[in-house]
Amino acid sequence: MCTTCGCGSDETLIDGKPHAHGHEHGHSHEHGHDHDHGHDHDHAHPAPGVRRRVRVEQDLLAKNNALAAENREAFRERGLFVLNLVSSPGSGKTTLLVETIQRLKAAHAIAVIEGDQQTSFDADRIRAAGVPAVQINTGKGCHLDAHMVGHAAQQLTVAPGGLLLVENVGNLVCPASFDLGEAHKVVILSVTEGDDKPFKYPDMFAAADLLLVNKIDLLPYVKFDVDKCIHNALSVNPKLQVIRLSATTGENMEAWTAWIEAGIRATLAGRDALVAGLKQRLAALEAQLGAGQQA
Amino acid sequence: MHELSLMEGLLDIIAESARTEGFTQVRKVILLIGQLSGVEPEAMRFCFETVADGSIAQGAELDIVEVPGAGWCDACQLTVPMETRFDPCPHCGKVQLPVTAGTDMRLDSLDVV
Repeated sequence: MCTTCGCGSDETLIDGKPHAHGHEHGHSHEHGHDHDHGHDHDHAHPAPGVRRRVRVEQDLLAKNNALAAENREAFRERGLFVLNLVSSPGSGKTTLLVETIQRLKAAHAIAVIEGDQQTSFDADRIRAAGVPAVQINTGKGCHLDAHMVGHAAQQLTVAPGGLLLVENVGNLVCPASFDLGEAHKVVILSVTEGDDKPFKYPDMFAAADLLLVNKIDLLPYVKFDVDKCIHNALSVNPKLQVIRLSATTGENMEAWTAWIEAGIRATLAGRDALVAGLKQRLAALEAQLGAGQQA
Repeated sequence: MHELSLMEGLLDIIAESARTEGFTQVRKVILLIGQLSGVEPEAMRFCFETVADGSIAQGAELDIVEVPGAGWCDACQLTVPMETRFDPCPHCGKVQLPVTAGTDMRLDSLDVV
C-alpha cells in the first residue's frame, strides 16, 4: 500500500506510470478530521497494558467518501458532468462509449477515464475516436476508487460544459461501494447476459441511477426477457431509470444522448449559479471594504 | 475482493484513532456490517489478517456483528425486515420497498491496550 496517501494498491498505474505523489492537487489528506469531538484530554489515558474499549463509530468507506466529495466539488467548479459506467466484462461498454462520443463530440467537450486491471487497449480505442483518455490500470484491484479518479481527472483538460465518462473495471460487485464523485452511476447490462442479474448483483443496481439495456438488436437470438429484467431491476431500486438500446445498430441511442445532454445542461446551470453566487459575495465584500475605507 | 480496500481503510482509521486515543496495541476490532452492504465476512477476515500483519492490530480478534437489513412498507406503514434488497413486504407482499437499514459498514469500537 502507498504509505504517502494510503491508496489501495501500489500496483495502480495511470497511463502506465505510478501516479505522482506531489499532492499539489489540493487534497491534503487531513480532510474531515476537525477533532471537534470534545477530546480535550481532561481524562488521563490509562497506563499502557490496561485493556480498555475505545468507541470509534466510523464508516469504513469514510476516506474514499471524503475524497469523492472533493472530486464532486472539483467537478462542480469545472462544470463537468461525470458519469461512472459500470457493468460485467463484455457488456459492450467500450463500444457504447465510442458510439456515444461519435454522436456528442461535435457539440460537447468529452474526456474519458478508462479503468482496467491491465493494458491500455480501451484508452487506445477512445483516443482513436478523437477524444482525450487516461488509462488507469488497477493491477489486481477490482474497482476504481475516488483517489485514483481524482489523480486521473487532473490530467485531463475539459472545458466547462464538458462530459467526463469514467469506464470502471468490468465487475458488477466491487465498484458499487466506491463513490468516485460522479453525478450518476450508469449500469450497463446486455441481453446476452441473464435477465436475473439484478437479483444476483443487487448492490450495483441499487447504487445506479440509470440502467442501459444494451445489444437489444440481439433479442431475437437470445433467451432474455427485457420486461422481466427491468421489473427485477426496479424491485432492487424503484427509482432506477431505464433505456433500452443497441450501440452497434444505433437503435434508441438518441434517448441516451438526450439524457446525457440534459445532465450537461443542468451541470452548466449549476456552475453558472456557483459563479454568480461568488460574484455576488465578492461585490458585497467590495462594498463593505469601500464603506470601511470611507469611514 | 473490495474487502481488501475496506480493510486497508479500517487500518487507516485504527492508526488515526491510536494517535488521538494514545494506544499502542489493538486486541479486538468490533465491526458493524450491514446485511445488505455487499461484503463477505469471511473475505474480510482473510484480508484483515493480511493487512494487519506488522501493524498495531496484528493478531487482534475481529468481531463482525451483522446489522439486519430493513425496509419501509408504505402500504403497511411499517418497517419490515429485508434479507435481500428485493424482498417483498412480509405482511402485504408489496415489492420495490426502499431499504432503510443494513447497508452500512462501520468500525464501532476497539479493545486496546
